[in-house]
Amino acid sequence: MAQQILRSWGRVLAAPADVVDMPAAAAPFPALPAGSSSLLPFGKGRSYGDSCLNPGGALLRTKNLDHFISFDKDTGILVCEAGVQLADILRVIVPQGWFLPVTPGTRFVTVGGAIANDVHGKNHHRNGAFGCHVRRFELLRSNNERLICSAEENADWFSATIGGIGLTGLITWVELQMQPISGPWMDVETLHFSSLDEFGKLTAESDSRFEYVVAWLDCSDAVGRGIFFRANHSAETEQYKKPLCLSLPVVPPVSFVNNLSIKLFNTLYNKKSDGSSRAHYEPFFYPLDGVGNWNRIYGPKGFYQYQCVIPARHGLAPIQEMLAAVSKNGMSSFLSVLKGFGSKPSPGMMSFPCEGVTLALDFANTGASVQRLFAALDEIVAGVDGRLYPAKDGRMSGALFRAGYPVLEKFSTFVDPAFSSGFWRRVMEGK
Amino acid sequence: MKKILIIGATSAIAGATARLFAERGDALYLVGRNNDKLQVLAGDLRVRGRGQVVTEELDLNDMAAHEAMIARATAALQGLDAALIAHGTLSDQSACQASVEMTLMEIKTNALSAISLLTLLANIFEAQKQGCIAVISSVAGDRGRQSNYVYGSAKAMVTAFLSGLRQRLAKAGVSVVTVKPGFVDTPMTSGFKKGPLWAVPEKVAADIVHAMDGKGGEIYTPWFWRFIMLIIRHIPEVIFKRLRL
Ligand SMILES: Cc1cc2nc3c(=O)[nH]c(=O)nc-3n(C[C@H](O)[C@H](O)[C@H](O)COP(=O)(O)OP(=O)(O)OC[C@H]3O[C@@H](n4cnc5c(N)ncnc54)[C@H](O)[C@@H]3O)c2cc1C
Ligand SMILES: NC(=O)c1ccc[n+]([C@@H]2O[C@H](COP(=O)([O-])OP(=O)(O)OC[C@H]3O[C@@H](n4cnc5c(N)ncnc54)[C@H](OP(=O)(O)O)[C@@H]3O)[C@@H](O)[C@H]2O)c1
Repeated sequence: MAQQILRSWGRVLAAPADVVDMPAAAAPFPALPAGSSSLLPFGKGRSYGDSCLNPGGALLRTKNLDHFISFDKDTGILVCEAGVQLADILRVIVPQGWFLPVTPGTRFVTVGGAIANDVHGKNHHRNGAFGCHVRRFELLRSNNERLICSAEENADWFSATIGGIGLTGLITWVELQMQPISGPWMDVETLHFSSLDEFGKLTAESDSRFEYVVAWLDCSDAVGRGIFFRANHSAETEQYKKPLCLSLPVVPPVSFVNNLSIKLFNTLYNKKSDGSSRAHYEPFFYPLDGVGNWNRIYGPKGFYQYQCVIPARHGLAPIQEMLAAVSKNGMSSFLSVLKGFGSKPSPGMMSFPCEGVTLALDFANTGASVQRLFAALDEIVAGVDGRLYPAKDGRMSGALFRAGYPVLEKFSTFVDPAFSSGFWRRVMEGK
Repeated sequence: MKKILIIGATSAIAGATARLFAERGDALYLVGRNNDKLQVLAGDLRVRGRGQVVTEELDLNDMAAHEAMIARATAALQGLDAALIAHGTLSDQSACQASVEMTLMEIKTNALSAISLLTLLANIFEAQKQGCIAVISSVAGDRGRQSNYVYGSAKAMVTAFLSGLRQRLAKAGVSVVTVKPGFVDTPMTSGFKKGPLWAVPEKVAADIVHAMDGKGGEIYTPWFWRFIMLIIRHIPEVIFKRLRL
């Protein structure tokens, strides 16, 4: 055991923690290191804020829990340890004609992390969140109790752990249902839209015809322009070719991301013309994974992501208001993603997605100015009973969290007494 | 498809190497002392790969059992194209200083058991006139240092043994690979503070596979350790004595 500084993806927080490696899935629950009063599972640290960090406490890494247990290529049922990355799953299953039923925008996350945040993908309107495809898992509690959890067995623990932000215990292994595909290719359509109204129309007409739907917003002004992507797995079965990967080796001393570079990026991106194309699944689902450590372009102060969901009954007006707030505060977001969520419920009681539309904005950590903007955005979200995504959050108030997740009271009863996180202490303060 | 014997297969570095072999379809015979760990690894390799995976539980300090184990591996895989020896223990230097017994035990695990295996394997590979023998030694064997010279001297013995074996087996067309990793983040080093010189087992594994597929020889992994060790080896003894390395 050694003290180490582990950062989350946003790199804002850098607090030392005792790092403990879970030796094996079947190993007993490790002792808390001397001086630590709590512990938190740690996957790949692809969460942006402090929900995967435990400043002053211990982190329980799952990197040794990276073994596959079985894969049935006839039924698509995969069993693996919780530290296995989605990238490794894809490597095994895609050549055998299967794909992840739900994937976030990076494949470098663990299945344990994907369950703990109940992650969503571009196909939420079809397949719901990750938790909808989890058949079973084992939960190891700090008292060494091992619970097999599924919709039938220990159903309440199943529900609390999916979206349970790592607080209910350590997931050791999981059983997942994959979905069949013909090959690694995607048939993609790219369309420009010049208002949120148009985005709404495109979403409505695309949801039934396309498995994957997502839009990139141009945030350089408040108009609500952007690019709409919609895609299906292709019936094409051609051979696999791996695209090239780049990596940012060090943290540059200053941020490369400022309003000018954002305008440039958005302008260049807007030049991309409408049309249909065939793409490999990697650049389609994981455009940023091709540049390792791209989060370092924000420099040593790091960055925040702000992701909210606006319930369907409020339409797109709150999104328009948020864009106006961004532009009024003179800020700009490098990557802004807008997407509709469908109505399929997740088994996770604390699951973030709900029917409506989700907006994700990236902002460099500029200190007070960005915090002022967040306060303005929070007000809009709170006003429409929206909520923020803990996986991306490093700053929301306890009040906003509690308002967004009314099941919190019930969820708290499932939190393991030895578990905590920076996020959890922050939002539960004064409770 | 190659037939590969991996000894000390439950090591993190060996496990990562076995995955690369399995993914390309090689058949594997895995030897380790902990059967639970072996079964977890074998299950993983069967999902990742298409080839055969066989396991055998054996404490490698039981040197009388080496010959029969190698015979079973050869029979199970119907021949051997390569062998990788990976087991080892990072000796507790100060405990060794206080105990002859522990010092000799560390030398046994890290040097003598490997030399027993190598003696047997060398004759088989020499007779079949093809294949590759690889052993994970360490940069620690390049020069004894006060912080870990028991471990270091055991690795030095392995390195010197392999250097001679390489000369001998070259004539038979058998390649011999000496792998010298620097700092690797594995269970062996879980108590150490990690810094920029640290490598992940996957990186070391890729270097091992590359070397085993090539002509053999001594490799440092990651590559920059060749230069670090060049400097450390050339520090004059008068200065070296005063360093705290
Ligand atoms: C480029 C990028 C794109 C992304 N796109 C999306 C997206 O489209 N949709 C989306 O939903 N998310 C997205 N995310 C967020 C990411 O998917 C989640 O934060 C995910 O949970 C990270 O997984 P991880 O393995 O890195 O876990 P970590 O970030 O290390 O941990 C996340 C949580 O999981 C818990 N945890 C980890 N392992 C276990 C375990 N074995 N048992 C119990 N709890 C555990 C931790 O305690 C923590 O609470 C994106 C992130 C990045 C960097
Ligand atoms: N990590 C580093 O920084 C580093 C640097 C240079 C060289 N190396 C060398 O790399 C090799 C692999 O080590 P690693 O880093 O991968 O560490 P590791 O995961 O701890 O592996 C060491 C393995 O050796 C096995 N072993 C020890 N004694 C044994 C015995 N008597 N019989 C059978 N198996 C035995 C252990 O078995 P159990 O799992 O059952 O304990 C373990 O699987 C070792 O030779 C090590 O010296 C490591």
